[in-house]
Amino acid sequence: MSEREPLRLVAISAGTGNPSSTRLLADRIAQKSLDSLREAGAPATASTVELGPLAVEIARATVSGVRGEELQAAIERLAAADAVIAATPVYKAGISGLFKSFVDLLDNDLLVAKPALLAATAGSARHALVIDDQMRPLFAYLRALALPTSVFATPEDWGASELGERIERAAGELAVLLRAGVGAEIADRGWGGYQHQFAGNATRAERSGEDLDFDSPLMRLAAGGATARLDPSEG
Amino acid sequence: MQFGIFSVSDVSKNPVSGETPSEAERIQAITQIARRADEVGLDVFAIGEHHNPPFFSSSPTTLLAHIAALTERIVLSTSVTLITTNDPVKIAEDYAMLQHLAKGRVDLMLGRGNTGPVYPWFGQDIREGLPLALEHYNLLHRLWREDVVDWEGTYRSALQGFTAIPRPLDDVPPFVWHGAIRTPEIAEQAAYYGNGYFANNILAPNFHFRPLVNLYRERFAHYGHGTPEQAVVGLGGQAFIARRSQDAVAQFRPYFEGSPIYGTSYSLEDFMRGTPLSVGSPDQVIEKTLGFQEGFGDYQRQLWVVDAMGLPLEMALEQVELLGTEVVPVLRREMEARRSPEAAEAPTHSSLVRAKYGEAEPRQPTPSPNRGDNLTGASPYQDTDPELAAQYPELV
Repeated sequence: MSEREPLRLVAISAGTGNPSSTRLLADRIAQKSLDSLREAGAPATASTVELGPLAVEIARATVSGVRGEELQAAIERLAAADAVIAATPVYKAGISGLFKSFVDLLDNDLLVAKPALLAATAGSARHALVIDDQMRPLFAYLRALALPTSVFATPEDWGASELGERIERAAGELAVLLRAGVGAEIADRGWGGYQHQFAGNATRAERSGEDLDFDSPLMRLAAGGATARLDPSEG
Repeated sequence: MQFGIFSVSDVSKNPVSGETPSEAERIQAITQIARRADEVGLDVFAIGEHHNPPFFSSSPTTLLAHIAALTERIVLSTSVTLITTNDPVKIAEDYAMLQHLAKGRVDLMLGRGNTGPVYPWFGQDIREGLPLALEHYNLLHRLWREDVVDWEGTYRSALQGFTAIPRPLDDVPPFVWHGAIRTPEIAEQAAYYGNGYFANNILAPNFHFRPLVNLYRERFAHYGHGTPEQAVVGLGGQAFIARRSQDAVAQFRPYFEGSPIYGTSYSLEDFMRGTPLSVGSPDQVIEKTLGFQEGFGDYQRQLWVVDAMGLPLEMALEQVELLGTEVVPVLRREMEARRSPEAAEAPTHSSLVRAKYGEAEPRQPTPSPNRGDNLTGASPYQDTDPELAAQYPELV
């Protein structure tokens, strides 16, 4: 077990301040997660993708489809992650537009079955449901494994020990899920069943003929066969 | 190796003069651009198909037939013909007709089209775009190769005893390129039939399309059409040339920066560095294009966009001139020198006729006297196998 590659945690922070409480929250969660994993004997590393410096590239990619080098590097870092910590500030009663714009650029299969720890910061506890209302559906769409506990922090939380306890609980869940290898096994078993993009960014993306299923209804149609819809047994 | 130009037929505002040409002006302009391309020795002129403003080319075969009458040598093609929203029966007829009028100087590139509303306007559904494209081509392929087709599918009414007329020139269908920028099934279809595969190679990072090109090559070999190196690959690109590189950048910059999609989002320099766009002296454009050969392998067709972004006609004509006189002659020489002797030549009507008939005379389909239907006998043409010919009751 000690011989295997350290697990990779990647935190995304959409905070824009300096210092940013969103970044601070992401970092604390990442640190706690590393601690939990190390205590359990699972070596791990963590890194953070700050979206603020990528804002221009994200906006350009949104309108033109062309990803800049740094944005592409961030997407590849996420693709290679074993688990994701996603942290956004709440603006106008919702997740940050920057955060959503970044997620909009991710391949649909980039985070399939990856544990995702969801976090948000806000100016008021009245926004506490933003994570459950907006982030959970988003990560459900991406087929990520959102953890049972998410972490929401408002200014008063930074003076309350309960925040640390919630972080610890969420980090513990992340460690358990990662060590059990649940996400990796789901992806191993069911990868072919998810929607994919040829030569996409996902680490398991199909890149050549060797990876493709030429017996799919569409591939058979491409090779002169009958239209898939005609054969109800294909489902 | 063929070199040429392709246009999406946009009618864009000239960001320098602030004026937008009328449809009438752009339609006349494109015929001049095509004629100039022929005069300076380019091999291919291709035009797009659209069904919404600000584009003008809704009817490529009409335009190309006109250009065919005004040109001598250039091959006329499309970029692309919509295989989804057109009836494949009408494509078979229109392009066979064009092929006759252009005396074989015709091929076509098929694409799906990405403008959502066009599908319902033509009675289709964009969500079915891929199976629609695949099924339509399967039918088109048969319509051009079988005199009488019985067919049943999902996306158009069934055909019984249908003959697409006129039969292709010399009974050799126009060569087909399949254009795709992300879909492995389209590369697979191109490979299955031994047709060409074209990657537009614009508006995407350098060598973004390499996995699809390689997939197509691999599957082309799998289906026994030749080695992967012999597969028929076409690439697009966009070029702006001036004799001195700084002039090219200075002249092109206002058009790039004035372009609604790219200008405000990207710096010209980033786009020149990160994508296949070539802006510079003839040497620089040559250098960049030779990089395509290195990155994608030997290929058969290189097309550039030269008339987009509101470039005025005089500038577009100058681009064609520079391509034909300064860039392409060098590229022909250099690419030939680097080319594997195995690599295929770009298919043309005459090479396809030779492949089918050798030294023999091509078939010239000649209909039998009208008998009111195509349903009896194997073919409504006089050279039907006598064994299969219809037996009519004799009147006594």
